[in-house]
Amino acid sequence: MTDTTALDKPESQITAIWRQFRQHKGAVFGLCVLGFLVAFVLLGPFLWEAPELTTTQQILNKNKPPSFVHPMGTDQIGRDMLERMISAGMVSLAVGFIAMLIAIFFGTFIGVMAGYFKRLDGPLMRLTDMFLALPLIPLLLVMVMLFRDKIAKVVGPEMGAFILIVFAIGMTSWMHAARIVRGEVLALKEREYVLAARSIGAPSRRIILRHILPNVLSPVMVAATLGVAEAIITESVLSFLGLGFPPDFPTWGRLLHDGLSYMQLYPERVIWPGLAISLTVLSVNYIGDGLRDALDPKARGR
Amino acid sequence: MLTFTLRRLLLAIPTLLLISLVIFLLVDLAPGSPASEIPLTVPPEVREKILESLGVNQPIYVRYLLWLKQFFWVEPLNGFDALFGTTHADGMQRIISYQTRSPVFPLIAERLPQTLTVIGTAYLVGILIALPIGIYSAYKQYSLFDQFGTMFAMIGFSVPTFFSGTVFILVFAVWLGWFPTKYDTTLTVTDWDSFIKQVKQMAMPVMVLGLANAAAISRYMRSSMLENMKQDYVRTARAKGMSERTVVLKHVLRNSLIPVVTIIALGIPSIFGGAIITENLFGVNGIGAALIGAIRGNDLPMVQTLAFIFAILIVTFNLIADVLYGLLDPRIRYD
Repeated sequence: MTDTTALDKPESQITAIWRQFRQHKGAVFGLCVLGFLVAFVLLGPFLWEAPELTTTQQILNKNKPPSFVHPMGTDQIGRDMLERMISAGMVSLAVGFIAMLIAIFFGTFIGVMAGYFKRLDGPLMRLTDMFLALPLIPLLLVMVMLFRDKIAKVVGPEMGAFILIVFAIGMTSWMHAARIVRGEVLALKEREYVLAARSIGAPSRRIILRHILPNVLSPVMVAATLGVAEAIITESVLSFLGLGFPPDFPTWGRLLHDGLSYMQLYPERVIWPGLAISLTVLSVNYIGDGLRDALDPKARGR
Repeated sequence: MLTFTLRRLLLAIPTLLLISLVIFLLVDLAPGSPASEIPLTVPPEVREKILESLGVNQPIYVRYLLWLKQFFWVEPLNGFDALFGTTHADGMQRIISYQTRSPVFPLIAERLPQTLTVIGTAYLVGILIALPIGIYSAYKQYSLFDQFGTMFAMIGFSVPTFFSGTVFILVFAVWLGWFPTKYDTTLTVTDWDSFIKQVKQMAMPVMVLGLANAAAISRYMRSSMLENMKQDYVRTARAKGMSERTVVLKHVLRNSLIPVVTIIALGIPSIFGGAIITENLFGVNGIGAALIGAIRGNDLPMVQTLAFIFAILIVTFNLIADVLYGLLDPRIRYD
């Protein structure tokens, strides 16, 4: 019997982060709610199918209150609201995640370039500042208005709206990620292990990929989480103003926009999509908060 | 400090020029050009004349430079003339809206007071709610008040204004019937009754925007207070035997307000953006509603001008925030 068996196995980083994350009540709540919403939109189509109707039945079926056949009622042209909520949620969440991925990819790229290569720092940061000074909501509205029809001609109205909005949101929300990453890279660049890597002749590309990127991961993850919330809100604002997705390819924001005209008679048509958006954003924000605490080694263990 | 301010001012000029170019080019690529609105029965030579009179047959750089000149020289001159009754700007070509065929700036000036009353009040209400909540939550960290305060801040921060606004309309206008659903722009305050009416119709948009702003600001206020409460000077002040009131409201609050003031300044342009939604929802006839109307009507000069005004607001308030930060906090000196 040796003494070494008495030592506990050191905790892996992921377990430590998870343990810290669990302590944040809001974050756990957020994770549960988001998990439920994701399950709702992903599994929903398999579990719930609205009955097929003929055109005559469909016309008679409009504006029905909640019932066993239609748990959330039907809308002004007889479509099942639950089915619409599920498909709209899928689009809303997809827009949020993909726009965030674009923004994070672009932001990290610009941030690393600006932080690592001194010559690029000035121009790239001026570019970031300029993007930060752009009036985003007006510009997004203008972009959607101008390019919607042109893109729709090429790839069809549904994919056109999706691609356009995802790219427009992604390309106008990378700036915060870029600033955070640049700051981190500026500090990391001066560390000894980067110097060591450089002194054995590692090329810049490898230093960035092997030594710098893994170390900026945690702030990027927090920024990414909050980016999802931001993207979902921006998309629903566009849809709410009627300049987002077409009505037969709805998002939660679009459902809310459609429900507004019937708000006084059928308030639930506004409440459900609005609640879904708010819960998603709230849970994502809480998860971001929890992640920030959990990923910060200084806060961990306190 | 002065050199810093001057340098920032000079830097703002190329930024603004670049933004104006981006906005101009983006909007100018619009498919709904005025040429497509002219009926096809119009003979080609007349069409040429119409395009010439609109000034859209010129090459793009000519139009861009003309627009810049109109924005920075002709329109201010016109404003000067209107104020002092002079005639410096006579005969100069102004920025003309395609929708109304009248100059853009008077239209915006007409809309601006609506926006400023609603948005300005909302921001003030937001600040007034946020500061006490932030201060007290930080002072009693982890107390019941703090937990509720942070939860409400998180909710207010996450719920988009178009949804909270809709819920407000449902509850206060449809079910309770306290406030009107739509904002009456033509109402002028002349006596007590019309004043009450004005307050009633402003209540909902102001509360919606105010609560959203309050949520964001109170989060900053709380974390800034918490950071300062741990500092040594607070312990020193307590050790000197000062009352809690003086320690918190004089020493800590003053230092904590520095970042919060800059956040408040930085938030002003973005609430103009957020106002687009609120104005649409409640029917306030302000510049946000003007922008949406112009976008729907393909009114390019109006869209360009409004978007650029938003950009100028952002750049100006960024500058103000930076300068304020340096002025308020002597530890931060940029030069």
